[in-house]
Amino acid sequence: MNAGSPTPAVPTLTAVDAPRSSSLKRRFSWNGAYEKCIRIVLLCCALVSVITTAAIVFVLLYESVLWFPGHTPFFGKVSLIEFLTASQWTPQFAGNQHFGIMPLICGTLLTTVTAGAIGLPMGLASAIYLSEYASPQARSVLKPSLELLAGIPTVVYGYIGLFFLTPMLIKPVLSGVFGLSVDGFNALSGGIVVGMMIMPMVASLSEDVLRAVPSSLREAGYALGATKYDVSAKIIVPSALSGIIASFLLALSRAIGETMAVAIACGARPQLTLNPLRQIQTMTSFIVNIMQGDTPVGSIEYQSLYAVALVLFLITLTMNYVSQWILRRYREAYQ
Amino acid sequence: MSQTPENFSANLAWRHRQGWLFAAACRLATWASVVFLAIILLVIIAQAWPRLTLGFLTRFDSYKPESAGMLAGILGSFWLIGFTAAICVPIGIGAAIYLEEYARSNWVTRFIQLNISNLAGVPSIVFGILGFTAFVRMFGLPRNTIVLTLGFADVRIPLPFGRSVIAGALTLALLCLPVVIIASQEALRSVPASLRHAALALGATKWQTISRQVLPAAMPGILTGVILALSRALGETAPLAVLGAAFFITFAPGRINSATDLGQHPDRLLQVPFDQFTAMPLQIYNWVNEQSRDFQQQVSAAGIVVLLVILVLMNGSAILIRQHFQRKIRW
Repeated sequence: MNAGSPTPAVPTLTAVDAPRSSSLKRRFSWNGAYEKCIRIVLLCCALVSVITTAAIVFVLLYESVLWFPGHTPFFGKVSLIEFLTASQWTPQFAGNQHFGIMPLICGTLLTTVTAGAIGLPMGLASAIYLSEYASPQARSVLKPSLELLAGIPTVVYGYIGLFFLTPMLIKPVLSGVFGLSVDGFNALSGGIVVGMMIMPMVASLSEDVLRAVPSSLREAGYALGATKYDVSAKIIVPSALSGIIASFLLALSRAIGETMAVAIACGARPQLTLNPLRQIQTMTSFIVNIMQGDTPVGSIEYQSLYAVALVLFLITLTMNYVSQWILRRYREAYQ
Repeated sequence: MSQTPENFSANLAWRHRQGWLFAAACRLATWASVVFLAIILLVIIAQAWPRLTLGFLTRFDSYKPESAGMLAGILGSFWLIGFTAAICVPIGIGAAIYLEEYARSNWVTRFIQLNISNLAGVPSIVFGILGFTAFVRMFGLPRNTIVLTLGFADVRIPLPFGRSVIAGALTLALLCLPVVIIASQEALRSVPASLRHAALALGATKWQTISRQVLPAAMPGILTGVILALSRALGETAPLAVLGAAFFITFAPGRINSATDLGQHPDRLLQVPFDQFTAMPLQIYNWVNEQSRDFQQQVSAAGIVVLLVILVLMNGSAILIRQHFQRKIRW
């Protein structure tokens, strides 16, 4: 076949359209329309996530901030100053309601700091071990068990905190040996289990960035007489620092948003205390607890829920943004 | 040169000791997590042992610990996750295809991408509040029931959805969406461009290329991500507790309590999405909050064992899929 010559169909087509001289003009075709429809449907799928974010923001703002006739938001009934500075949180005590979020923030801070003190160093140490030291056999045991640990539902962590850590470890040691008074629900047990929960996340995210450091850096270190410790702690970790910090922030933001483990293990009494052995209430467990009861829609305690959720949302959103910003800004690109 | 040879060797010994200590600390931290996992499993299995009978799987909940069962939770979770998957998988894969194959790199695309990664970090309880407001209450829509008459059966659709399976599934679908999108994007990205070029060069349209070549090639990766996202949704408690889903319930969604029910009244399937439900993690949470010690420690532990076994099966199937296809496909 002579591939270069035009087929008979083409001249007839151009002859029909010849007056408009539009052989290159776009013409309607069902195939093209179908392709366009597909593109629009897929775009709508992608927009669902944008709509979800917008809906979250709207829902939270509607009950807490948005003001229009016939609808008084939470911050129309409670001033922002009182909300941020008062030291009592008693929305369910009729007649003696106080809306100071400090006790809830304080409870969240206690569990998050405990979780961070346990989860972050352990996670980083595991990441270093997995990427620099572990043999392939050790990895084949450790990786799946870390994945399993990350996949355990949070109710299970709450159960372990309440029925194992507190009665079997915290009470015998701190109360039996050191004579401290320990509540049955306490921030420490919740913090420890949340720490174990975020540890696999830190480990896997940090391991990825540690492994991304090129081996030429390691070899250069060894060539200069560095020990394995020097190479790991003074060369590899600093080169991957931005990724490690980003993973820390993500893990902490997850610890702040964690609900079930702290709702079960830490109790439900909002207290302004920094003692981790006391019963506390976090922002998340307040939300879960108030939704258990039949809180009338539109009442101030119902609206306080949205105000607390808004604070929670803003905190975690900020931490996620900062984490992404650090990754973008300080990423070391190795060729 | 101030440094003497003795000084140097002492220093070297110290450096080696330092290195040994560091390695030991890292090893200890890593294995401690495995020990913790083992302790969790041992404690729970030891507590659950007396309650782990076949009856626990086939009975409904009860006020007596010896006759409490998990059937309502198992069936509830089954329907819930099924509808979640039906909603979130097509949307998630569609969004991933758009972002990877169609979208130009402009501010709209960057905005959508930023949105997805932010959504992945939003606490699950906030999704619960969104679900409660948007699906359970529908922003305060007056109560109403639409009855669809289909000839062989009537479907009663409550509006707003109330505390029904569909409200829970929509909430969990939004929660899973970012995970599914990100996993699918990675899977699509790993399909080599030569495959697309070859299909386009043979005259396939863009959608033909994607649906017949790229998507099948990316399927194992997508499936793995989907199963992992759904297994996370299966263990989620907080959003469902916020939705106000039932804790104590003695029937399954659609009143399909057994296979014979399904055989006799297949039309009840249509009522499933609009019925009340409970889920496995909710039942566990409820048992932990009970007054009696039997419930608190033993029944809830038995529930946890059932939930963990199902989760391990799901994760195991994800790993099997990954390995099976990794061996077959070589680029």
